Order: sequence, then structure tokens, then C-alpha cells
Amino acid sequence: MTPGTSITVRGLTRRFGQVLAVDDLSFDVAPGRVTGFLGPNGAGKTTTLRMILGLARPDAGTATIGGRAYTDIPQPAREVGAVLEASSFHPGRTAIQHLLLFAPAAGATRARCDELLSLVGLTDAANRRVGGFSLGMRQRLGLATALLGDPQVLILDEPTNGLDPGGIVWLRSFLRGFAADGRTILVSSHVLSEVQQSVDDVVVLARGRMVHASPLSDLADLATPAVHVSSPDAAGLARLVATHGWSATPGNPADGGRTSVALLGTTASAVGAAAHAANLELHELRGETPGLEHVFLSLVGEAPPLERRVPAPTTHQEDRS
Amino acid sequence: MSTAVSTEMRKFFSTRLWWVLLLIMAGYMAFLAAVLAFSITQTPQEVQGDKIDVVRSIYTVATSLGYVFPAIVGTLAVTSEFRHRTIVPTLLTDPSRTRLITAKMIAAAPIGLLFGIVGTIACIGAGAGTFALTDVDPLLGSPEVWRSAALSVVALTVWSIVGVGLGAMLPNQVASLVTLLAFTQFVEPVARMALPAVLDDAGSRIASFLPGAAGEAMTGASLFNALSMGGILEWWQGALVLVGYALLFAAVGRATTFRRDIG
Repeated sequence: MTPGTSITVRGLTRRFGQVLAVDDLSFDVAPGRVTGFLGPNGAGKTTTLRMILGLARPDAGTATIGGRAYTDIPQPAREVGAVLEASSFHPGRTAIQHLLLFAPAAGATRARCDELLSLVGLTDAANRRVGGFSLGMRQRLGLATALLGDPQVLILDEPTNGLDPGGIVWLRSFLRGFAADGRTILVSSHVLSEVQQSVDDVVVLARGRMVHASPLSDLADLATPAVHVSSPDAAGLARLVATHGWSATPGNPADGGRTSVALLGTTASAVGAAAHAANLELHELRGETPGLEHVFLSLVGEAPPLERRVPAPTTHQEDRS
Repeated sequence: MSTAVSTEMRKFFSTRLWWVLLLIMAGYMAFLAAVLAFSITQTPQEVQGDKIDVVRSIYTVATSLGYVFPAIVGTLAVTSEFRHRTIVPTLLTDPSRTRLITAKMIAAAPIGLLFGIVGTIACIGAGAGTFALTDVDPLLGSPEVWRSAALSVVALTVWSIVGVGLGAMLPNQVASLVTLLAFTQFVEPVARMALPAVLDDAGSRIASFLPGAAGEAMTGASLFNALSMGGILEWWQGALVLVGYALLFAAVGRATTFRRDIG
């Protein structure tokens, strides 16, 4: 096994007019792991990938793959495979024609092209024009194109777009196998749940800035359990919350005569005991730990901020603005 | 570079566009040559002028009126990459943008040559056939005629390279095709008639440097001049001017389109 190739991004910045699309971004993508590059649409993910691949020019900062800028790699297709969008095909070419076009520069033979079509499940469509392909088939052909040069590094932008559930499962196991060979994968997505089962590390981007980078497991630690409580006695509930110093956020809208709150940093049993002691009537008492998706949405500012349990894990917390 | 050039050639031949355009060009050129040849035979002898010039201008009508075909082919070699976003895998495979434009220009030459040969053969075939049917000497034994025909092929080849330059300068396919058609089919013909009329000799001089006039100059037989419109350069001057346009457009394209972000 060759020593792995890392992607290193340092201080990468790109401005479009008044908009700072990518703002002083620094992160590493390690070999042997699948790194998820996450953020809502417009967060700057694709711009960052384009800068890593030499298609766009940064205003500041550097992006290197194995220590070299993409444009300085002599035969980049043999080292890095990338799929940026699922529509980079001439509709008049067949799948095999498309692969054969890029094969010589990637050092691939006709046999390799056939093998790749078989790998991505397009053997039967090899001689069909791409114009008639579904989005999922284009994604598969894009992946086959990226793999022509048997690269050590794979960069995929939203690869699950248009894939059917079977395709997503297939892609997941493919990515796992690719990383298990000691190779490097950076895969972007705007939906955490789509990649959550295949990524080891996450880099989360919002409005051009990195808001989080850690192993996926550390992301789960950011989730704070909440206790949902509702009572017909609004004043009594408020008094109880104030007495115990719980942090409360309004829960589901008041239903009839009831008042609902969500309490952070406590447990259902503690709230139940306190309510019993205070002689407060409860209609609902339910503990809940938010899912990873909620943590992700909070990080990117599309859900209420999470209250951090214990001191925030600052080691993985960079550039939180 | 040889990989890049062969990739560009294979791009061209892997879609249906090339033979569709080639067929249209052959048909259109044959039609024009036949119509022009027929109308000449119906013209009273004394108005015909120098017969060999007339015959040559019919055999090279592809350079006068059909050069838009190789130019379109060259333009599409660049614009279709942007239209279908294949520019992304293209530049990912080989990030050198200068090499890409150069490879496209080199690859355009043999393709332009093919269009030049087919277009010129169509003109000669239909023109000479019409002359033969109307008992006019097609002058196929004249070396001057064949020299013009050969230079017509070369001019059409250069036009495909000019097309690549235009595509690099105007990567939006609709914009570049509209510009190409409007300029070659309307702006330049009007300018070549209007400039000499308005500015006399100076106008003729300027008109002779227009790309279409330069291409015609290469054949030494100008249809426009046969119709007494504007001046014409020496064949080698025409070649230099036309190649100059190709290089100028490509350089502008490299400094604008291909300096920007792509994808």
C-alpha cells in the first residue's frame, strides 16, 4: 500500500463581489478515511472543491493534494478523481465514448473502461447516448470517469443527488472500500443523513466559514438532551423552572389549557421528582436527545442553537463566529 | 501535447455533428456552384469578363460563401465544452488551459482540411458538371484553376482555426454562433460593399483586411471582386491576415474566458 495522500487546505479565501463565498478556510482530509464536507446550499462547498481542483482561483490561501497544487500535478487524473456535477457530458456521446475520450490522458485502457462501466452498473447502457440517461446514471458515469486513472484521492460533490436508495447503499459500500485501501475521500453533501453512514470525519461549513471539524462520533457529543414538559398550570410550571434554574425554551405551542416547555441540561426523572414535590400536575414528561441532523442544522444556523453540555469541546471547535 | 490533440480530434468525431455539417456544406456548395455556373452560361459573352477568373471564382465559392461551415465547426469545438460542461472533466484531466486551446487549434486543422476538400470538390464537381452540360469549357486542364482550388482548401482549413479562436473568445454557444453568422453573412458582405463606396480607396483597403476578404484573397479568385466590390490582398497576405485573426482571437480568449473560474 502506498503511503496515503492528504488534502491540505490553508487559509483558503474567495470573494465574489460583496459576498465572501469562502472565508479563511483551513482543514485537512486524511487518507484511509471518508471525510464528509457538509453545509447548506450556498455555504461555499462547491467553490472550495473547485479551488482545490484548480478550476477556480483563490483570492488567498492554498489547497494542496499530497503537497502539490492540483495544477502542478503532471498527470492529475492518475492521482485525483473528481466529480463536480452530474451533467458534464455531451448528450450525443455514448457512455463508453465518453470514457474512451478521457482514458488516454488518465492512462486507462479500453478494458479498464469496460471494467469501470461494470463497476458502476452501466454495462448495459455502455452504447447508449448520455442524453437519455437519468441523473442517477449520470452520477454513476461521472464516478466511472473519475476512477479512470485509478486515483489515490477521490473528490465527489453531492454524489447522492439523483441516486436511488439502492445506488446510495452501493455508493456507501464503495466509498468504505476505497478508504479501506488507504485512499482519501472528500465527499460533499448538504444533507448529513445521506452521508452519515459512510463518513468517518466531518468538516462543516456555513456561510463560507468552517464551523466544525471532527470525527463524526464527536459531532454526536454536541447533542444536548432535552426534557419536554407540559402542564395545565402555566404559572406553576414557570415557578418550578425558575426554582431549579433550568434553561427553558418554549415547547410545542400551547394546546388548549396546557403550557409546554423544553428543558435543557436536566433529565426526565429529575423534572418528574421536582414536579411531584411541588405538587404540580404534569400532562407530559418526555426525555429526548436530538439527532445528529439537529446538531448539524444548529451548527450551520438553521435550527435553534444547541446549549452545550459541559464545556464545549474546543479542540474540535474552530472559527465559531 | 499529442495526447491532447488526439483527444480533441476524437471529441469531434464522437458526435454526429461533423458529418451532418459536412453533408450540408457539400450540398449547399454544390447548389451554389451549379446555380452560379448556370447563370454565367446564360450571360452574354461580352459581360463575362476574364473567363478563367469567373470559372475560378465559381470553383472556390466555398471560400467566398461556405467558409462559415469550418468556422462553425471550430467554434463549436470550444463552445460545446462550455454548453455541456465537459470543460470540467477536460480541465480536470489536463489543467493546462493554454495547452487546451493550442490542442484545439491544432486538431481543428485536419478537420478544417476535410471540410475544405469536401467543400471545394463539391464546388468543382457541380460547377464543372454544369459547364459541361451547357457546352462551356470547364477549364479543368488549367493549372491556375487547380492552384486556386488547392488554396481554397487551405483557406477553409484556416477558417476552422479562426473558429476555435472565436469560440475561446465567446464561449457562449448562442452568442458565438449568432456573431459568426451575423458577421459572415451580413456585416462583412455589407461592409465590403459599403466601405469602398463611402471611403473610396481607403475603404477598399480596409475592406480587404476583413476576414472573409482575406480568405478569398488566398484563392486568388474573389467572387466579390468578380462582382466588382472592394479590393483584395495577395494570397500570402490574405493567409497571414486570416491566421492573424485566429491567433488574436485565441489570445483574447486565453486572457479572458480561460483565465476565469471554470465550472
